[in-house]
Amino acid sequence: MNPSLPNSFRTGPDERGHFGNFGGRFVAETLMPLILDLEKAYAAAKADPAFQTEMNGYLKDYVGRPSPLYFAERLTEHLGGAKIYLKREELNHTGSHKVNNVLGQIMVARRMGKKRIIAETGAGQHGVATATLCARFGLECVVYMGAVDVARQAPNVFRMEMLGAKVVPVQSGTRTLKDAMNEALRDWVTNVHNTFYCIGTVAGPHPYPMMVRDFQLVIGEETRKQMQEAEGRLPDSLVACIGGGSNAMGLFHPFLDDPSVEIFGVEAAGHGLTQLHAASIAGGRPGVLHGNRTYLLMDDDGQIQDAHSISAGLDYPGIGPEHSWLHQTGRVTYLSATDDEALAAFMLLSRLEGIPPALESAHAIAKVTELAPKRPKDHLMVVNLSGRGDKDIPQITEILKGKKQ
Amino acid sequence: MTTRIDARFAELAKEGRSALVTFLMAGDPDPATSLNIIKALPRAGADIIEIGMPFTDPMADGPSIQAAGLRALKGGMTLRKTLEMVRGFRNEDNATPLVLMGYYNPIYIYGVDKFLIDAKTAGVDGLIIVDLPPEEDDELCIPALKAGLNFIRLATPTTDDKRLPAVLANTSGFVYYVSITGITGAAAADSKVAGDAVARIKRHTKLPVCVGFGIRTPQAARAIAEKANGAVVGTALVDALRDSLDTKGQATTKTVAAVADLVASLAQGVRGAKQAAE
Ligand SMILES: Cc1ncc(COP(=O)(O)O)c(C=O)c1O
Repeated sequence: MNPSLPNSFRTGPDERGHFGNFGGRFVAETLMPLILDLEKAYAAAKADPAFQTEMNGYLKDYVGRPSPLYFAERLTEHLGGAKIYLKREELNHTGSHKVNNVLGQIMVARRMGKKRIIAETGAGQHGVATATLCARFGLECVVYMGAVDVARQAPNVFRMEMLGAKVVPVQSGTRTLKDAMNEALRDWVTNVHNTFYCIGTVAGPHPYPMMVRDFQLVIGEETRKQMQEAEGRLPDSLVACIGGGSNAMGLFHPFLDDPSVEIFGVEAAGHGLTQLHAASIAGGRPGVLHGNRTYLLMDDDGQIQDAHSISAGLDYPGIGPEHSWLHQTGRVTYLSATDDEALAAFMLLSRLEGIPPALESAHAIAKVTELAPKRPKDHLMVVNLSGRGDKDIPQITEILKGKKQ
Repeated sequence: MTTRIDARFAELAKEGRSALVTFLMAGDPDPATSLNIIKALPRAGADIIEIGMPFTDPMADGPSIQAAGLRALKGGMTLRKTLEMVRGFRNEDNATPLVLMGYYNPIYIYGVDKFLIDAKTAGVDGLIIVDLPPEEDDELCIPALKAGLNFIRLATPTTDDKRLPAVLANTSGFVYYVSITGITGAAAADSKVAGDAVARIKRHTKLPVCVGFGIRTPQAARAIAEKANGAVVGTALVDALRDSLDTKGQATTKTVAAVADLVASLAQGVRGAKQAAE
């Protein structure tokens, strides 16, 4: 074993927000005092049993947790190898795992007395979850969304507006998730005094990567318990898609110190790794963006490159810093799936199990179709079904029409 | 060790006036025009020159400076070429302080040690890096100070008295007070409020304090120059440059003069200030 490996993979980050050499707090001075406040407020909330009790109440009765761990019998049969379980995060209220994190952050925002919430969104799932909880708690909500994504995720835009949120289409840069995040940061710098920035993934400056991870841990903790009940033991492998990496981190983290569990993250390979893609670990290197040091897609001058993925939620040139560290230490293996592979997986799961996955989650399913057949029938594989595919149906209909022509 | 920045503020103190600090993006709209503009600035009345290092994702900048960065990148600008531009300027002017301003990633990718050596030899005097707060001083600030460059820190309305000492600890050259919470090119600075903030900062440091963000006119520059050691103007110059371009975004015969003329009138404003700050 590599002598520099830590005794535990679950103790990070350090007090400066570092996971190994990744993470940190690379933000403008205007934001720094606020980030320090947030760190304090979150630490206090975490230590307060009343906070946890209140969270658990909403997780159960509002979000609908626990989400089932479902044995995908026909997919298992079809692939002829590992026994495949789906962690059904798509059944949560609002249709994805994003709500777990948003609930936590909105409750922290309430404790901090913030009345205005801003968020960035790619696929719109984080925006929808934020708009939903802002409606529930009577908070003002502004969601930044790249203009390209506004077009390809139209159902979620309507939904956010119906919930009372203001959706701002972002025209700068590449007009996708990265630019939505830039614009949200610009709003935050301007409105620091009353605004809480609800980040949608395990990225951004410390404490966000840690805090968002903590709020998503419920995915892995439930999985552990449910697998124990179903099979009487730990799973043998875990698979999840990665945009910034929050659904993956939520599933993976509770198992990081169980060496028998193989762990796979799946990035978006877009048109392929030699062309336009969004796989920052496979095709990038460490750099600094959006408040942290992590793997990024960039050119030799340190300019951030355009990412591409069929899935708006994965179309981001970076990844959460803790994933960069888990890659560097070798604890997690990072794979990637192309647009076409994800589309095929979308169809496969829809037809075999009656469950259309979000295009994001379809990337994880795509790699399951390669990993599962190579493993024995008693191998227990869990894949995180991070969201439902309803939001993608108009986009997929268009793509299929195009293919027929 | 004194830098060109220290020397310039010492001269200005003798003259009893404040500095006009100008910001333009390196390579906007193309490297050659950009160098010509920078060369014209001291003659037009700029006392200190800030040069933006273009970056794809300038999180603290408004639309004007974002667009300037993208124009420069489209014109082929890189950090290496920005340093070449500094050398080109230094061939003619060895006195006017030059400060590079931007974001950390291009420097990180260039390599911090190599960058500091190359920047120092090219004739750079100081750095302003927006996304490096004191919490990340080990990254670039401390190495830059060791390499003999000033590390100029931004202080903002959210930097309270408790935090100011941390912000000032490794700051040198001058303190850049960002007069608003917001991005470049946004709301105008209120000179009374900015003046109070400058006085507050001066209770903590002997360094000169310059004020920027939202200063667009000679009148506004003059009002700030009465309260601070310098007025920083960026977006207004970038806008003047942009307005001089042709429909394809290329420089015209008017471009250099458009910027220089505005600098000259801003310099008059600053020089017309009744009394400079202590
Ligand atoms: C359903 C779904 N899965 C995954 C993601 C990717 O985010 P993360 O990697 O943080 O889980 C998104 C983001 O929009 C999403 O909507």
